[in-house]
Amino acid sequence: MSIIVQNMTKRFGRTEVLRGIDLTIESGELVALLGPSGSGKTTLLKIIAGLEWPDAGRLQVEGADWLQLAAQDRRIGFVFQHYALFPHMTVRDNIAFGLTVRPRAERPGKAVIDAKVDELLEFLQIAPLGERYPLQLSGGQRQRVALGRALAIQPTVLLLDEPFGALDAAVRRDLRQWLRGVHDATGSTTIFVTHDQEEAFELADRVVVMGEGRIEQIGHADQIVDHPASPFVARFMGATIELPVTLTAGRAEGEGLDLSHLPRRALPDGPATLFLRPADVTPVPTANGRWRICRLTSTGSLLRVDLDEGGTPGFSVDLPRRAPQARALTVGTRVNLAPEAGALFSTVAERSSPARGDTTQPLKEHSA
Amino acid sequence: MNTLALSPPRPRASLVPKLLIGLAVVLTALLVIAPLTYIFYRALSEGWAVYAKNITDPQTLHAIWLTALVALIVVPVNMAFGIAAAWAVAKHRFPGRGLLVTLIEIPFSISPIIAGICYLLLYGRQGLLGPFLLEHDLKIMFALPGIVLVTMFVTAPFVAREVLPLMQAQGTEQEEAAVTLGASGWQIFRRVTLPNIKWALLYGAVLCSARAVGEFGGVSVVSGNVRGQTNTLPLQVELLFNDLNVVGAFAAASTLTLIALVALVVKSLLEVRGKG
Repeated sequence: MSIIVQNMTKRFGRTEVLRGIDLTIESGELVALLGPSGSGKTTLLKIIAGLEWPDAGRLQVEGADWLQLAAQDRRIGFVFQHYALFPHMTVRDNIAFGLTVRPRAERPGKAVIDAKVDELLEFLQIAPLGERYPLQLSGGQRQRVALGRALAIQPTVLLLDEPFGALDAAVRRDLRQWLRGVHDATGSTTIFVTHDQEEAFELADRVVVMGEGRIEQIGHADQIVDHPASPFVARFMGATIELPVTLTAGRAEGEGLDLSHLPRRALPDGPATLFLRPADVTPVPTANGRWRICRLTSTGSLLRVDLDEGGTPGFSVDLPRRAPQARALTVGTRVNLAPEAGALFSTVAERSSPARGDTTQPLKEHSA
Repeated sequence: MNTLALSPPRPRASLVPKLLIGLAVVLTALLVIAPLTYIFYRALSEGWAVYAKNITDPQTLHAIWLTALVALIVVPVNMAFGIAAAWAVAKHRFPGRGLLVTLIEIPFSISPIIAGICYLLLYGRQGLLGPFLLEHDLKIMFALPGIVLVTMFVTAPFVAREVLPLMQAQGTEQEEAAVTLGASGWQIFRRVTLPNIKWALLYGAVLCSARAVGEFGGVSVVSGNVRGQTNTLPLQVELLFNDLNVVGAFAAASTLTLIALVALVVKSLLEVRGKG
């Protein structure tokens, strides 16, 4: 089922939650809506489900106008972060719920429902749990039941709201693989919401990065990490280091920075901001370097290097603990930085939403 | 640092809890157990035969019946109203939501007698709607409808107050899940919402029944105290007492007490069940 969202807006009171969303999702695709909390991703998901209604915009699924359809009639499978299982029903009854509430004429017979539930329990690898109640299950098991309940009605579209958000890391990784398998096996169009980049990139065919009610960027992991469309995306993807540089003919220059690894950018000359991820930066010991190492911390695999500049605490960079460069680093060493990769944006006056550089606004000196 | 400052309890300190517990026991005995025992002691003071005769007195029997009838009308109505109000407040956002919550609680802060007088001024013969009611031959005051109305007003918050916090805590996710699974509004209510609140609902109903059966002040204003017609059990107790028929009064009171005790036991059972 292809899904087309056009110019969708939604406000809760005075808060604009969606500020004009345009998004097309192909049939059979697995798409992640990725963004920090408050970015509108869950609202968008709920509008597609029919649990919220937009103020304006269009929602078309296979050419049909879904804004004319009640949630009951959309036949979507919705999975909640906190499962929303019915606590007074067994696992079997939970899974069968969507079938047993159908109008009498469409309702399958009891034997058919039983067989369907058996099949789903098997498919979800929770066959022995059929007679238990939700409270007797672990989080991971509950989420499988919730997915089983959603799949029982053979949904055309599967929507998951932070499906693994309440689970611990190991179960999360496990269920991620398993959900990918479920998606591939059922062939449904799947959209899931997450604020976890790793989860989004590992699981999804395409990732939609959202921020403050807008779509900031759509793409694959490498595209989004290497070429963030906006300072917002750069920051959200972990570029915690922001350094002022000067652009000349597409080349960036800054004090204490070796920017020879960075490609030229088609940006106007003048002040710009360089966004760096801590892992993309190598400290190079240099006499009279701009930064001084004030602390070294090992996480086992990574060496975290805390830097200060002229006595004021700066930022930290990460490098593999066993990397050859790491050996030369000791507390007190003066270093310059050689980034392997980074994102450059012309420094313009940023709005309160660091969404996208608006070139109609006057240039302003970056002060950071 | 605080944990270090903790010293082993001095022997004298253990006196305080003992004193407090003793005080509680004495007060409970004086304020609750003694009157309860005394009711039954006085009711039975002239033997079982007299007790039975007092209970089966036609006027007392009628009062028992009327009280039960009022409760049978009021409790289901309040359950329906309570669920509806709690559902509206807990699961929806609409203008005037806060006002509705306040409205639900108003009967708690208004004396039942004032409610009774308001009804009297509104529906009584001299009241605002009196001429209209007279014209259509509708008798509300000094009749069953008046008693039911006042009792309903007084007991209105009980069910809603029990159900509302639970519904708010549960949120709307289960209902949303049911909607996406294709359930209709009625199916969602019957199969998802109602099972989740059933213990709180029953608990509220028991509280509501106990209050409905025991209501005195409001009812005494609107009932007119017609013996054998509009006298509920609490009013009957007062009448008998004023007639200097002390044994009869205590006999009638003992039935009320029994109802209250049953309600208490049921309430405790529901509390255990609701938690389990």
